[in-house]
Amino acid sequence: MDFYVLSSTFLYITFFVYLIATAFFGMTLGNNRDENKKSKATKLAMTFTIIGFASHLTAYIFRWVEAGHIPVSNMFEYITFFGLMLVLCFIVIHFVYGIPALGLVALPIAIVIIGYGSMFPQEVSPLVPSLQSHWLYIHVTLVGLAQAILAISFIAGLLFLIVKVDQTVRNKETTFLEIIIYAVLSTVGFIILSTGFGAMDYEATFIQEADGYQYEIEYDKPALFQPNNSELMTEDRFNSGLETPAWMQGIDAGKKLNTLTLSLLAGLLLYGLVRLMLKGKRIGASLQNKFGKINPDVVDDVMYRSIAIGFPLFTLGGLIFAAIWAQEAWGRFWGWDPKEVWALITWLFYAVFLHLRLTRGWHGKKSAWLAVIGFVIIMFNLIVINLVIAGLHSYAS
Amino acid sequence: MSDQSIRCECGHLNKEGTILCEACGKPIEGNQHIDGNDEKHVLEMRYEGSARRSQTYKRTFVDKTWAFFSSVKVGVWLIVITVVLSALGTVYPQEQFKNSPLPSSQFYVEEYGLTGQIFYQLGFHNMYSSWWYITLVALIGVSIIIASIDRYVPLRRALNNQKTKRHEVFVKRQRLVSKDNELNEDGVNKLKENLKSRRYKVYEDDGHVMAEKNRFSRWGPYVNHIGLIIILLASIFRMFEVMHVDDYVWVREGETRVIPSTNQEYYVENTGFVYEEYDPETQQQFSRALEDVDEPVPKNFQTNAVIYRTTEETLPGQEPELEEVTRGEIRLNQPVTFDGYALYQAGTQLEAEYDSMSFDVQLNDEVLGEFTFYSDEAPPEFHLEESDIMVSVDDWYPELEFTENGPSSFSKFPRNPGLIFSVENPDTGDSERFFYLQEDIIPLSEDNELVMNVTGVDRRSASGLTVKKDNTLPLFGLGAGIFMIGVVQGLYWYHRRVWIHPKGEGVYHIGVHTNKNWYGMKQELEKITEDTNVQEFEDQQELK
Ligand code: HEM
Repeated sequence: MDFYVLSSTFLYITFFVYLIATAFFGMTLGNNRDENKKSKATKLAMTFTIIGFASHLTAYIFRWVEAGHIPVSNMFEYITFFGLMLVLCFIVIHFVYGIPALGLVALPIAIVIIGYGSMFPQEVSPLVPSLQSHWLYIHVTLVGLAQAILAISFIAGLLFLIVKVDQTVRNKETTFLEIIIYAVLSTVGFIILSTGFGAMDYEATFIQEADGYQYEIEYDKPALFQPNNSELMTEDRFNSGLETPAWMQGIDAGKKLNTLTLSLLAGLLLYGLVRLMLKGKRIGASLQNKFGKINPDVVDDVMYRSIAIGFPLFTLGGLIFAAIWAQEAWGRFWGWDPKEVWALITWLFYAVFLHLRLTRGWHGKKSAWLAVIGFVIIMFNLIVINLVIAGLHSYAS
Repeated sequence: MSDQSIRCECGHLNKEGTILCEACGKPIEGNQHIDGNDEKHVLEMRYEGSARRSQTYKRTFVDKTWAFFSSVKVGVWLIVITVVLSALGTVYPQEQFKNSPLPSSQFYVEEYGLTGQIFYQLGFHNMYSSWWYITLVALIGVSIIIASIDRYVPLRRALNNQKTKRHEVFVKRQRLVSKDNELNEDGVNKLKENLKSRRYKVYEDDGHVMAEKNRFSRWGPYVNHIGLIIILLASIFRMFEVMHVDDYVWVREGETRVIPSTNQEYYVENTGFVYEEYDPETQQQFSRALEDVDEPVPKNFQTNAVIYRTTEETLPGQEPELEEVTRGEIRLNQPVTFDGYALYQAGTQLEAEYDSMSFDVQLNDEVLGEFTFYSDEAPPEFHLEESDIMVSVDDWYPELEFTENGPSSFSKFPRNPGLIFSVENPDTGDSERFFYLQEDIIPLSEDNELVMNVTGVDRRSASGLTVKKDNTLPLFGLGAGIFMIGVVQGLYWYHRRVWIHPKGEGVYHIGVHTNKNWYGMKQELEKITEDTNVQEFEDQQELK
């Protein structure tokens, strides 16, 4: 049996089951929320969520069996794991608090995250010597779990904002909410572009000249930005003639800039289309209509408690175990490597959140915005630091 | 500092600045603005309305400094500034990671242009060891200490002095209340029973009931702040060189070298270096990934090491007497440790040096003899016993390079060895010369009759090992441990209290306080009031 193929198949299935679950969560809205709690739609939505989770877990275990080591050693594997933990946390939260509207935020976010992760190379790679340690299991998995719990606070915060931001007039809050929605749509845009051009086997080769050497660079999407000082070698391929500025470092700088710009444009297109369909109404505003009422105290509590639970776990996994591992691997428990600095930033940020909760006036919306910023920091650490700044811990190289 | 104590109508003597009487909880007139109770119905219970120095005395410079650092707002700002600066420090690599021969003054501007220049000029390239970054962290430390003392002392006093019997106003102005319940004795007993079964400690005084649980969780923040302070102290200690050792040593295969920074006490021998790569043939599951990369993927870097200690003082120039201390395989993630030191696998020069080169000498297809040149010994001549011929080494270039002045050696390490031999021809008695370079022999004269061949070479790897010893590790560990205990204590448990206040004639007010997680509290109240006719609790502070 090829566990690799099995694992991929289960991941596909997961993806669709989560979509179905999302649709059912969509049907829980609009009515009186107390009825929803026990309503048929909620039950079905949760059933599909749990089936999806089981399938997700199966995919994960098959991959583990195939690799012979825990699959958290590259971007695809880590993000899949993060998504898995996110859904797990949501399921737990549902059984404690029972807020179906949370599912309608959590599952789409989980789907986008898993989809995003799937765009990275999926081959099972061997563990390089620096990752051969039992701390890989302890440190990375605990960080994944802690970040998922912290992400729940973002999801609760987002729900809070969708329902509570005053949508009668355009203001700062509505604009930021639209930006969050736009960011999610851009990620969706990225997934569509990558999948689409991947299916077409799109390839364009550039020869770049730098420091007296020639490098061959393969693009898998049309080049809006070609590499700095380069020439297109493949015939019949789109090329805008725009060059990546020279100050962007790294052999893949052009490719990354190109993908980022294309994704943002695709996001803009999607955003525009949705707004057209809504007859120009802000997406946040129409979501607010759909979501109806929530109990703000309870959602606020979910937001706070997930940070209260996630913070100690993140401290343990992301700082203490990380330091112990670094001591064991390199003989220095802390080295101001960018990834380490960003773990510290994440930690301090959530410490600020906890302190502000002790101050009057920081519950509700303000808290929700902080939860959103916290998630942005986590994603920044995961994506930008890994892919752009890339230090010792990088999955990129 | 004057001490104007305030006596409450219940008889308790409170410190100046007290907001809620420590004993009965009655708001003390004239101080309600401190916690904002004059504006809100629900009492601010954060520090039990105790008298905090920072809120009470604001006259002298010391008072003002104290008030400044004990403010959570100030602390938060300090943390936010640290966060922003730390983030900015990752925009470009720190000096230690810049990985370029250029000096920093040129590196940042040449690589990153104007913004790089600014980064460098602001000193961001050495941010985390700069005086201003360290000062900022130290200020956070000061803030933590002062804020904690400012709150811990009065909070402990207040919690120790609290009485079961509370003032009616105190109970009614709690966030969760249920007023005017008509309860008979059985009802009250049932409540107490339920409270006990939920692990509350139940106190009674003159018909008043107080149930309390998990008071210890209130100390969580102070415990975790102590942990943080210990970590900060540990980092201060670590700034002193004596507290840690950080060195590097290259050891070739077969070589024994003194370990630096150990006072010449310890030696390490490299008995063999192991390098392994992943093989797509034997590990099928990786074949897809391995096909994608041009370079083989390393599986293992390993130095087989023996650690020795000198048995007595060695005089300079004298060979040390060594005794084995330990031996082991040093890999990434697996250092060898001895006496507080640890050796880490850090670098490799894979087969980068020539240990030995073997040659034979022939005349008319007849072998006259063989010899092996060991780089480390580099003997000046060889005697071929079979034929009684002398081979002399005229020149030895461990790392050969050609300069304007002819061949010379770039270093003393045999990375690209070159040798010039002269061999006496037994037939003619002439001396014939040969040049060995790049594993090949070039006769230096066209009419050489002798033939020299390379019969074998033996290369060796060198292993780079970092030497570490850190006396501050236990302190960091202690701080981290205490921090973890503190956060778990403070965030996973909640301090909850229920006051049952008899108004007389079987009518009771019930007030409830929890320091956090009101949702959980409400759910617990359902269990607590089970089988009683307590009316639903009113949340006087619901978010709108
Ligand atoms: C900058 C100076 C700091 C000040 C002035 C400060 C002050 C405080 C105060 C007053 C509390 C509340 C105590 C109570 O409820 O009785 C607290 C709680 C706490 N502090 Fe700090 N703190 C500081 C720094 C930090 C840092 C750097 C961390 C860790 C990253 C931290 C972690 C915590 C945690 C986890 C809590 C508990 C929060 C809760 O129970 O909701 N503090 N701090």
